[in-house]
Amino acid sequence: MSKKNGTIRESYNDRVFLTLIYIFLSILMIVILYPLVYIVSASISSPEAVTSGQVWLWPVDFSLEGYIEVFNNSDVIRGFRNSILYTIGYTLIAVFLTVIFAYPLSRKNFYGKTFFMIFILVTMLFYGGLIPEYLVVQQLGMLDTPWAILIPKAMAVWQIIIARTFFYTSIPEELVEASEMDGCSSIRFLWHVVIPLSKPIIAVLALMYAVFQWNSYFDAMIFLRTEDLFPLQLELREILITQSESGANQDIAEQQKRQQLANLMQYSLIVVSSIPVLIIYPFAQKYFVKGMLLGSVKG
Amino acid sequence: MDHSIDQSKEIKKITQWHLAKRSFQRHWQLYILMILPVLYFIIFKYVPMLGAVIAFKDYNVVQGIIESPWVGWKHFENFFNNPVAWDLIKNTLFLSLYQLAVTFPLPILLALALNEIRDGIFKRSVQMFTYAPYFISTVVIVSMIILMLSPRSGIVNTLMEAIGLDAVNFLGQADMFRSIFVWSDAWQITGYSAIIYLAALAGVDKQQYEAAKIDGATRLQKIWNVDIPAIMPTIVIILILSVGNLMAIGFEKVYLLQNPLNLGTSEILQTYVYKMGIINADFSFATAVGLFNSIINLILLIIVNAIAKKVSGNGLW
Repeated sequence: MSKKNGTIRESYNDRVFLTLIYIFLSILMIVILYPLVYIVSASISSPEAVTSGQVWLWPVDFSLEGYIEVFNNSDVIRGFRNSILYTIGYTLIAVFLTVIFAYPLSRKNFYGKTFFMIFILVTMLFYGGLIPEYLVVQQLGMLDTPWAILIPKAMAVWQIIIARTFFYTSIPEELVEASEMDGCSSIRFLWHVVIPLSKPIIAVLALMYAVFQWNSYFDAMIFLRTEDLFPLQLELREILITQSESGANQDIAEQQKRQQLANLMQYSLIVVSSIPVLIIYPFAQKYFVKGMLLGSVKG
Repeated sequence: MDHSIDQSKEIKKITQWHLAKRSFQRHWQLYILMILPVLYFIIFKYVPMLGAVIAFKDYNVVQGIIESPWVGWKHFENFFNNPVAWDLIKNTLFLSLYQLAVTFPLPILLALALNEIRDGIFKRSVQMFTYAPYFISTVVIVSMIILMLSPRSGIVNTLMEAIGLDAVNFLGQADMFRSIFVWSDAWQITGYSAIIYLAALAGVDKQQYEAAKIDGATRLQKIWNVDIPAIMPTIVIILILSVGNLMAIGFEKVYLLQNPLNLGTSEILQTYVYKMGIINADFSFATAVGLFNSIINLILLIIVNAIAKKVSGNGLW
């Protein structure tokens, strides 16, 4: 393997085994990539080529008709705008709450931290249920308001644990003691020392929460009634899933044309709705790995 | 003797009290900061747990949770007397177990395989591409499935017809539903789930590999005797967590993939709770079904944790 051990050569069996591993990984990569490539190719091909099955890997008869259709759809634009607002608002709230909760839990001589850890872990083990949760949101008067999207899922236990582990391992106790000696208050210390030192973990949390919110549809589906408030994922559900089976009236040629265009638009819509996530993917990948590593450290 | 025990207890009590007081004096601002998050957990996690009592009541909006009349096990009896109950339980369990059987071992295999190959462009591409589907939303994943498996214009049927097979309406067949659900899930999360094992493998002491090599171990023997024991604690924890989520798995995706033709296998406890509760507004009955689901979940978790502790010495608690 490594050059230092060059004296011990790979046996025949090991070379066969390694080749099998490369084959396994290559097949896996192709299986995962194929649907993604196909969707993108279909989205930039002509409607006829897609419907008649000419597209199977690369685009056929390059066309942006699907995208034009997407950007002419006011529901999609409105959903996009709502989703951006929800994602930003939710991420700010969630990161703020997570930090102010996780930081105290990370301090060594903070009395009651075991109690608070159990307090949150219990919620992972036992779930009250969809209906009681719905009733709480209803009682608070949040139904059909943006608050129903921003607040009920505002913190996640896993993210609290990740943040706590980070603070625990990277903010030295001596620093806290020194600051107390200088008469610095806990809140000042958190704001002026801990947060600047914790940019990586804040980025991890923000990305995790943002991706979660951007991709979620279920809360919107049960809590929102007014279409003006719908996030993109809910609009996508209406266009991509609920409508895909229906489609009647008008004459056959016209209907076929409409059907082809609608079909094409679905591919374009899939691509468009994934663009924000694709843009942050390079950062997200790096930070998610970091977050998973931190989360797995026992503290 | 009793006296000294009492005394040490007394001392312990005093030190605890002392510690609490000192901690509060020192960190009172932090305790204040925690009020908001604690309130969040109480309101959105603990209140719903208590709210689950409506499973034993006839909840109505006018009287509210507390005033509504108690009806004991009525809703549970109604549920179990309904022949559909056993289908729901069966569907939920089959789907969950199938899901576990596929999505639990695959990430371990991927991590072990990646750990064998040299760090380079190939390794990094495999990681980058296998990881990417995790970021695609459930709605989009389901749309991709529907589009690609469509009986008329889907690519899968087009390719099948090209090699002389008949077109199949995959999502319209109840017996296909579970496989479609489980394998698309494997497609989406295998790369992401592998990270935690890769992290564990990165922590293996290099000397162990060298020792294995000097002893003449083959790669396979090395995986078996060094890698797998090294990641065993991680495997156990992930297994327990997966079992804990068994009854909750992928409910949103199940709901989106459902259609009248595949309901026979795709209707699970959670989708039923949603339909009875939110759509039909039969709150108490739906809560009873949901509670039943949560309790099975908890029991499974406790059993698996106990087994894991006995077999490997690792457990969640």
